[in-house]
Amino acid sequence: MNNFPETCATKQLNSVTTGHGTAITEIPTSLRPNRSGKKNRLSVDMALSHVFETPVSGFNFENSTRNILLENVLDEGKTKAPKPLKTGTTIAGVVYKNGVVLGADTRATSSEVVADKTCAKIHYIAPNIYCCGAGTAADTEKTTDLLSSNLTIFSMNSGRNPRVVMAANILQDILFRYRGMIGANLILGGVDCTGNHLYRVGPFGSMDKVPYLAMGSGDLAAMGILEDRFKVNMEVEEAKTLVCDAIHAGIMTDLGSGNNIDLCIITRRGVDYIRPYQESEYKQRRQEKYKYKPGTTPVLTENIVPLELELVHEMVQTMETA
Amino acid sequence: MNEATQYNLKLERLGYHQFRTMERHPTNYLCKGVSTGTTILAVKFNGGVIIGSDSRASVGGSYVSSKVINKLIQIHDKIFCCIAGSLADAQAVTKMAKFQLSFHSIQMDSPPLVKAAASVLKELCYSNREDLEAGFITAGWDKKRGPQVYTVSMGGMLLSQPFTIGGSGSTYIYGYVDAKYKPDMSREECLQFATNALALAIGRDNVSGGVAHLVVITEGGVEHVVVPGEKLPKFHDE
Repeated sequence: MNNFPETCATKQLNSVTTGHGTAITEIPTSLRPNRSGKKNRLSVDMALSHVFETPVSGFNFENSTRNILLENVLDEGKTKAPKPLKTGTTIAGVVYKNGVVLGADTRATSSEVVADKTCAKIHYIAPNIYCCGAGTAADTEKTTDLLSSNLTIFSMNSGRNPRVVMAANILQDILFRYRGMIGANLILGGVDCTGNHLYRVGPFGSMDKVPYLAMGSGDLAAMGILEDRFKVNMEVEEAKTLVCDAIHAGIMTDLGSGNNIDLCIITRRGVDYIRPYQESEYKQRRQEKYKYKPGTTPVLTENIVPLELELVHEMVQTMETA
Repeated sequence: MNEATQYNLKLERLGYHQFRTMERHPTNYLCKGVSTGTTILAVKFNGGVIIGSDSRASVGGSYVSSKVINKLIQIHDKIFCCIAGSLADAQAVTKMAKFQLSFHSIQMDSPPLVKAAASVLKELCYSNREDLEAGFITAGWDKKRGPQVYTVSMGGMLLSQPFTIGGSGSTYIYGYVDAKYKPDMSREECLQFATNALALAIGRDNVSGGVAHLVVITEGGVEHVVVPGEKLPKFHDE
């Protein structure tokens, strides 16, 4: 039964090749067997779901052209493609005397609905480097994961702790390569042997080293607080209050930011990831336990049908456990 | 037009602003992301060159994303280039150029010529002219020809000039530089000339601003002069 789609495919292929003889150029590219090993369009059309295809590494933008075509075709452009989950965020970072303080809100929105009230926007990159991400949630997660893996491999190979400037350069390379298609606005902060650093990396691959920074949809309000009260070489408590107030301003003025505030304080000695640093005053407690007792739904009839299974093939593979 | 710009154009036609992630400042797809929207210049004087720029980076023409960005990038010991256009593209090109130049100077076992640096930038800009939006002014000192100034435009044209201005703010100072430039100025005269030109451009262009960065390159070395906003010369500003 499973062979049907395969034979159908090969039959079609054969008929085309024999029909056209040696004129390989006449075979449309979709049916030509390709040597590179990548799947050709024929297998996609036949939907060979049982054939396991190893995923091509990296990001795949095949669907973006499909989405454009769909938008143009469906209802003459009145139907829009579904919007990706964005964090609609306020994130901020500040360099202080002994390190870096990063802060973020915890709301993830999907258009008008809050999809996640406790979203973690401060991502781990290295023991001494953390990154806040604004923009498309999936993009920031995956990009920071990629960066973290790369840096771990680098530090294992070279025996050195990664530097913040290296992380920023890798991010810049990744994002520039994808020409702005990855919607990730990142604040990269960390402490290394050269000092305390804070970098902004934009979705097109622009990098900027700054002493204080706010990004996301609530950044204008947060920037106002930071511009007013930032001082060079602040103490840790002052820096924490400043970042917390900046995120709070973003939460109050922006609909896409809200719920709790997370803080991450990075110093030479280590990292203090306080989650949540400040809980939202508007938290609702659940009124009841939303669990149904067994017997809530009455059983009317019961019908048991034993399945008759025939043992077709048995294979025993011995495992060597030395 | 490359794939990304085509995609963005289609989205624009359908009513999307590109990347509603920063919803307060929808970007103009013609200049991706952060743009330097700038004033840059380089002037040859007797014994060296002065290369200068403002320090503002903007997004979409209405939001200043950085007031103190550095647009004077050192691509070799005595060769600087200043960037205009899309910040991401310019940073990527200069990173590539830095690498290629240092490799070239290791192979030749001597510092590269300023013309070589400008050529490297031109090659990168010209071969990727469909996808990139960045222009450069390269200036420096080398032993063979002394102080030189080259301009590499957005499409990849390379020109050698005694002085050159670039960026969006340069349109306001063409008259001033044409009238006031003299060949073989002294270092102080040239510094004053460059500062005045930057101040005039910053005064009229909304996407130029911040501080004025100036770098003086001579045979003896490199000197970085920063003139903060309030110390810039004033021309009938109330």
